[in-house]
Amino acid sequence: MTTPEAAAAPARLRAPANLVSRRARAYWAVRALPLWVVVAAAEVVVLLATDASATAVTTVVAVSAAVALAHLLVMPQWRYRVHRWELTETAVYTQAGWFRQERRIAPITRIQTVDTVRGPIEQLFGLANVTVTTASARGPILVHALDLAVAERLVATLTDRAQLDGGDGT
Amino acid sequence: MTALDVPLQQPVADAAWHRLSPRMLLIHPILELGRALPALVGIFFAGSGHDSGHYWTLGAAGLVMLYSLTRWFTTRLQVTEQSVTLRHGLVRRRTVTTSRDRIRTVDLTSHLLHRALGLARVVIGTGTNDRKGRGGLVLDGLTVGVARRLRDDLLHPVRAQAPAAAPPVELARLDRHWIGYAPFTLSGVITGVVIWGLFWRIQGESRIDLLRKGPLREVTDWFTARSTGTAVVVLVAAAVVFVAVTSTVGYVLAFWNFRLARHPSGTLEVTRGLLTTRATSIERRRLAGVHLSAPLPLRWVHATRTTAVATGLRTGRGSERGGEVLLPPAPAHVATAVATDVLDGTAAVSVALHRHPRAARRRRMIRSAVGATVLAAAGVLSAVLADTTWPLVPAAVALAAAVPIGLDRYANLGHARADGYLVTQFGSLVRRRSVLAESAVVGWTLRTTFLQRRQGLTTLVATTAAGAQGYPVLDLAGDDAVALADAVTPGLFTGLVHAPAAHRATAR
Repeated sequence: MTTPEAAAAPARLRAPANLVSRRARAYWAVRALPLWVVVAAAEVVVLLATDASATAVTTVVAVSAAVALAHLLVMPQWRYRVHRWELTETAVYTQAGWFRQERRIAPITRIQTVDTVRGPIEQLFGLANVTVTTASARGPILVHALDLAVAERLVATLTDRAQLDGGDGT
Repeated sequence: MTALDVPLQQPVADAAWHRLSPRMLLIHPILELGRALPALVGIFFAGSGHDSGHYWTLGAAGLVMLYSLTRWFTTRLQVTEQSVTLRHGLVRRRTVTTSRDRIRTVDLTSHLLHRALGLARVVIGTGTNDRKGRGGLVLDGLTVGVARRLRDDLLHPVRAQAPAAAPPVELARLDRHWIGYAPFTLSGVITGVVIWGLFWRIQGESRIDLLRKGPLREVTDWFTARSTGTAVVVLVAAAVVFVAVTSTVGYVLAFWNFRLARHPSGTLEVTRGLLTTRATSIERRRLAGVHLSAPLPLRWVHATRTTAVATGLRTGRGSERGGEVLLPPAPAHVATAVATDVLDGTAAVSVALHRHPRAARRRRMIRSAVGATVLAAAGVLSAVLADTTWPLVPAAVALAAAVPIGLDRYANLGHARADGYLVTQFGSLVRRRSVLAESAVVGWTLRTTFLQRRQGLTTLVATTAAGAQGYPVLDLAGDDAVALADAVTPGLFTGLVHAPAAHRATAR
């Protein structure tokens, strides 16, 4: 057979077309909050227990507050830029992550199940996650933080198209 | 009701329920007693204060044995043209039904007790079940003859119509010279670690310094009387001998009487084992490829191990247990020949690989250097803290090995396509080459870390329902990764790639 270079023209994969819900940013920030609450609580305990000087207390509190603020402001924006999804005629395609990014793509013909998951905080924000599984345990495709209506439409379209194909998808 | 002695070759239309072999009535009590031994010992000690204490133990043992017999009485099996149904359980009754066309593998295992009574344990694998660790349908046990007939019936139902079926063709059998490769597999290291861990646990829980007791005391005394240099040399030599011996014993136990044969229908049959014998069948259409892996010592002697990449077979650590062995650790040329043969003579197994870009080499080197530095730092730190010098030796070794390992990892890195197979290879301490049928690819993951993005590299993972579920091609140039994926699964990226016009050529 041929080499990959000869088999296809050099191609640059574009990012998936659709952004996730706008409310996802607020949701991610809220979801990251408990982590910083725990950190703050731990700091309070340690600082009270060790009888630290005033400068030490201010430094620790200031630094951790700055890091927390940066995380809560930057992370949701960064993720919002990265997290994308698209449904083409032939495939489901997603992009996720922030430091380590992943693009996942699976042919619609290989789809086995389509689920929607909504946690309590997600329900509060009117969001839903869609999970598309294939026969591979390594390849589930997750579309995070969609508007509920969008997620429902996506699930309906996917189940509609996937059931046209026979076979067991392996 | 009889013990499944109807000829199973004929389509079993009557929905008769069969029992397992009644000889299991002898085996169940022994196994169940073994399992309940810790509890029985507990009862023995708890009751040893009273006069009637020993009767309690005997009574409990009797109950355990009685309970074990219920396993046989409550288990029923039904084989029809469409499905296999297993019912078992006394308190909680379970019925497991598997459609025949979902059956992917049939595995026959006989441990010593089984073999003494001519029995076999049959595991019917259905792919998805195995992956979630729930096992398939387990029939423990049938007489060997019935088990074989059941297997043949499940895997080749048509054979009943073909009167003179050709005998299976032997593809490989154990060459006794291969046992010499056993020490190089280092499988004994795991045994050593387990024993070591057990020793320290006993020591910790019993609060007895075992090193000060009995024969071990003499050993420790001998070592304390020697210089550090001598002690280290002797210890290393002892470890090497231990690993060599246990690896060899493990090899013989696992692979004695190894035989790989191809059934006329295309199904592969692997039989092996000294004490516990195993017979695994892999249907051809379930075989998605092969995997050749060689730890560094095995590569020094030009040998490799070969496993099947198949749907419905468990994979993971301890490939000897996975039921997926195609060939024991054997000379590389034999492994290549057998793997090629198994995949219908494809060139993919031995095809030359495409190298990955220079940035991939830089990444291998950096990762290797960082790993070695961390190890070396740990060594130096423990040397300083414990005020000894010997941790400096592994630290120095790690640093010295960093560059060769990095270079070797790059030299081994590569991918290719041939005859409808995707080939990917990577690794140095364990070099792995996977040959995966392109038709078995059910999706792709393109993974980039922050540093990879800066270097223009992408790791492409082909996801599949077979074997390890995902086979990575490490550190491709970003555009090559897309081109490769697009070539393997044509049409998948339709509308997702930019026009190639304003883009540099990637031909090398």
